Amino acid sequence: MDKNLIAKNKTLKDKFLNNEKLAGYMFISPWLFGFLAFMIAPMLLTLYYSFTAYNIVGSPVFIGLQNFAEIFEDPKFYTALKVTFTYVFFSVPLRLSFALVLAVIFNQAQKLTDFYRAVYYIPSILGGSVAVSVLWRQMFGYHGAVNTILMSVNLLERPVSWIHTPDTALWTLILMAVWQFGSPMIIFLAGLRQIPKSLYESASIDGANWGQKFFQITIPLLTPVIFFNLIMQIIRLFMAFTRVFIITQGGPIDRTLVYVLYLFRKAFRHTELGYASALAWILLVIMAVITFIIFRSSKYWVFYQSEEGE
Amino acid sequence: MKKKEISPIIYHLIIIVIGFIMIYPLLWMVAGSFKTLDTALDPSLIPNQLNLDNYIQGWQGFGDLTFATFFKNSIIISTISTIGQIFLSALAAYGFTRLEFPGKKMLFGVMIATLLLPRTILRIPQYIMFNEIGWIDSFKPIILPRFFPRPFFVFMIVQFLRGISKELDRAAMVDGCTRYGVFFRVLLPTLKPALITSAIFSFYWAWNDFMTPLLYIQSTELYPVSLALQLFSDPNSVTNWGAMFAMGTLSILPVFLIFLFFQRYIVEGVATSGLKQ
Repeated sequence: MDKNLIAKNKTLKDKFLNNEKLAGYMFISPWLFGFLAFMIAPMLLTLYYSFTAYNIVGSPVFIGLQNFAEIFEDPKFYTALKVTFTYVFFSVPLRLSFALVLAVIFNQAQKLTDFYRAVYYIPSILGGSVAVSVLWRQMFGYHGAVNTILMSVNLLERPVSWIHTPDTALWTLILMAVWQFGSPMIIFLAGLRQIPKSLYESASIDGANWGQKFFQITIPLLTPVIFFNLIMQIIRLFMAFTRVFIITQGGPIDRTLVYVLYLFRKAFRHTELGYASALAWILLVIMAVITFIIFRSSKYWVFYQSEEGE
Repeated sequence: MKKKEISPIIYHLIIIVIGFIMIYPLLWMVAGSFKTLDTALDPSLIPNQLNLDNYIQGWQGFGDLTFATFFKNSIIISTISTIGQIFLSALAAYGFTRLEFPGKKMLFGVMIATLLLPRTILRIPQYIMFNEIGWIDSFKPIILPRFFPRPFFVFMIVQFLRGISKELDRAAMVDGCTRYGVFFRVLLPTLKPALITSAIFSFYWAWNDFMTPLLYIQSTELYPVSLALQLFSDPNSVTNWGAMFAMGTLSILPVFLIFLFFQRYIVEGVATSGLKQ
């Protein structure tokens, strides 16, 4: 009797352990939990809050579309959009161009390439830190090294506070974004290494020069990687926050008020959580539209090799 | 071919000059961390003294809290998040690549779609949620969302697992391993490179994170390094630039050392994320 029970228990245990479907759900359950708790629930909650007035102390009051109506009348909303678009519009192409040019250079088999690549990558790997933002702020400040250097070579007459001057503040941030071209560079480099050398060799035999090879072989075969980098960098730079918060705090006169900083202020400084939630959803829609447009455009310019094995 | 005409010396010269400009700001900070107060913001890369005065002063922090506290906090946050993140991501990756269950394709598709979702839009409701539970001013709201699998890491490990032959699993199952045994005894050890890469990125992101602690941490004794450094370098109150640069340098030292020793994993990880779509 006892033995039977043990045997039965054992088969039950075996059944449990050998059930593939159950195992599948068990293995993905931590992801599923995190996904529902920290992604889906917050997303739906933001949507709900965007239709309310809520200042965290009381409870949310449903006000319909009022937040959205106010946002579309809010001059700061348009300022934030303009600043963010300007920032992304200049930073992304410049960052990707530097990344591509240096990837092509590092793709030439030369001595020390790995070392150089590491040096060029370091600003990117450290770039997200508060320390580098603080450093940037000091470098481009009134007493910073940039002024001293420019004045010593007579490019500048008197010191300028680059981060406090309306016309240059955003450019110091763009320059910082361009400086950190490391990740797309590494991805381009990996892409370049997948282009068969034979293509260049046969082009050489046909008498193609360097420019022809670059524009007729390298660029077309790299378009899937360019596509990937473009999307990732647009999203990443659209979300800029820490550096702006530390370097310019959105100033002077809102010239560097990027979208996420504005959202942050509305939510956590003015505790207008409903309004900020509406801003968050508008941001999500903007990102979705941009991503969608790039995806749709990709069939006209992204070239996929048919024999790709992966 | 034009390329071949450029002599190696000119090639190296150009790369070195541009490379120097690239890392000049970082060298400037490190040099500044040794300079005396009146010269800390000079462009020179050679400090006029070589002692640890700025480090000793900076380490004192503010109030009665030294940077030891802030480093300890950052280490706690980054380590716990990273352990959870890579272990649970590996579990999910195994489930998605090796097991069959209803809804798998759909769930995997949903996960991939969220790769592109900007997390910033989740901040407000997360804040409200954690505020309701009473977790403000603790590490929990910082660690928890980092502890559970993020699509980036699951996907990275999935890509790696796809490259490992299923014969390995089958052989182990024939030997009497359950699927759980296969994962823990057979696959987990072979996943080591992918786990190291994931761990590096997870640690690095948690270490650098500024916005999350800014939202949730109020007590100074719970400040991680990023937040402490921001307060420490407040342009309205700071005058000791040397000490600020010293703490700035220390704060990026862990990330720099990880990069130095695990460069290969980082470079491969970044490259993989962009290629095997």
